[in-house]
Amino acid sequence: MNSKEKRFIASVAAIALVFGISPVANAMHIMEGYLPPTFCVVWGVICIPFLVAGYFSIKKTVAANRKTITILAMAGAFVFVLSSLKIPSVTGSCSHMTGTGLGAILFGPAAVSILGIIVLVFQAILLAHGGLTTLGANTFSMAIAGPFVAYGIYILCKKIKLNKNVGIFLAACIGDLFTYCVTAFQLAIAYPSETGGIGASVVKFLAVFAPTQLPLAIIEGILTVVIVMGLETYAASELSDLGFLAGGEN
Amino acid sequence: MTQTKKTVIGLLLIVVLIAVVPLFMLKGAEFGGSDDAGSVAISEMTGSEYEPWFTPVMETAIGGELPGEIESLLFCVQTGIGVGIIAFVMGRFVERKKLADKTKNKTA
Repeated sequence: MNSKEKRFIASVAAIALVFGISPVANAMHIMEGYLPPTFCVVWGVICIPFLVAGYFSIKKTVAANRKTITILAMAGAFVFVLSSLKIPSVTGSCSHMTGTGLGAILFGPAAVSILGIIVLVFQAILLAHGGLTTLGANTFSMAIAGPFVAYGIYILCKKIKLNKNVGIFLAACIGDLFTYCVTAFQLAIAYPSETGGIGASVVKFLAVFAPTQLPLAIIEGILTVVIVMGLETYAASELSDLGFLAGGEN
Repeated sequence: MTQTKKTVIGLLLIVVLIAVVPLFMLKGAEFGGSDDAGSVAISEMTGSEYEPWFTPVMETAIGGELPGEIESLLFCVQTGIGVGIIAFVMGRFVERKKLADKTKNKTA
């Protein structure tokens, strides 16, 4: 049993190593200063209700059962890890994942907005990655829109009684992709094309982001399934406290 | 080896493959960020080079671009924090289950 634990930590370290040697580059997130001030403010304001809802949602979950806080830390750490790993993609550029699907599935989409904004602030201040002026827009795409879609897909898959792991995979995968769709849309309304207007702009930005992100979305889906499987094996009591395993067959 | 373990290992292999294959398939590719691709698309769209109106806090503080090595260091710190928490919590869970199984066996 002890060797099992060792093996797990070793494999985590190995994965970190493999991804750590990927070439370093700026990827994803709207860059600092790239959105006109009005858009920065508008996106920021849109985020506020979600963040407040997230705060209360987390408070409620933790108050209901203090033990779930470790799983929350885990979901936050998952976002931390995945959004720091920049992975080469088929288009010859790098991008990174969002990692928000896990938290959305376990804690509901609102709670993830808090986890996401922590990561975004960290990256904006220390890494010049994303930015403080674009924090609102980035929070909306990565910590709000993506998780909400992921949660929706997960619930839908549960409704139609799809295999749970397939559902988790689809949720995380599509949530990740949707984050980039929103980013493309945000850039498009800030930079409408001269010839085709916003529509043409959306297509153009999507063409930049989507092919790069597709393989990464698949990776994110797989990693989310793996971590949920791990939690199911070792932290079943916390998961059922969260209502995740309630009446759930594998 | 349980079925779950086999699945997990298989899945992780797929992940590594997806991540590594482009590196070998596209020799000589730059692997710049899709951020940069984004700013290129912006300048194509508007027909002029876009001038960011705000520089990152860190770049203002040190008066220039963050050196690449330092940037990768900070990214590693971020990964490290995350992996540290996951490994610690997961390790606790694994040990706890082991203990619980043991006590169950004793009472049974």
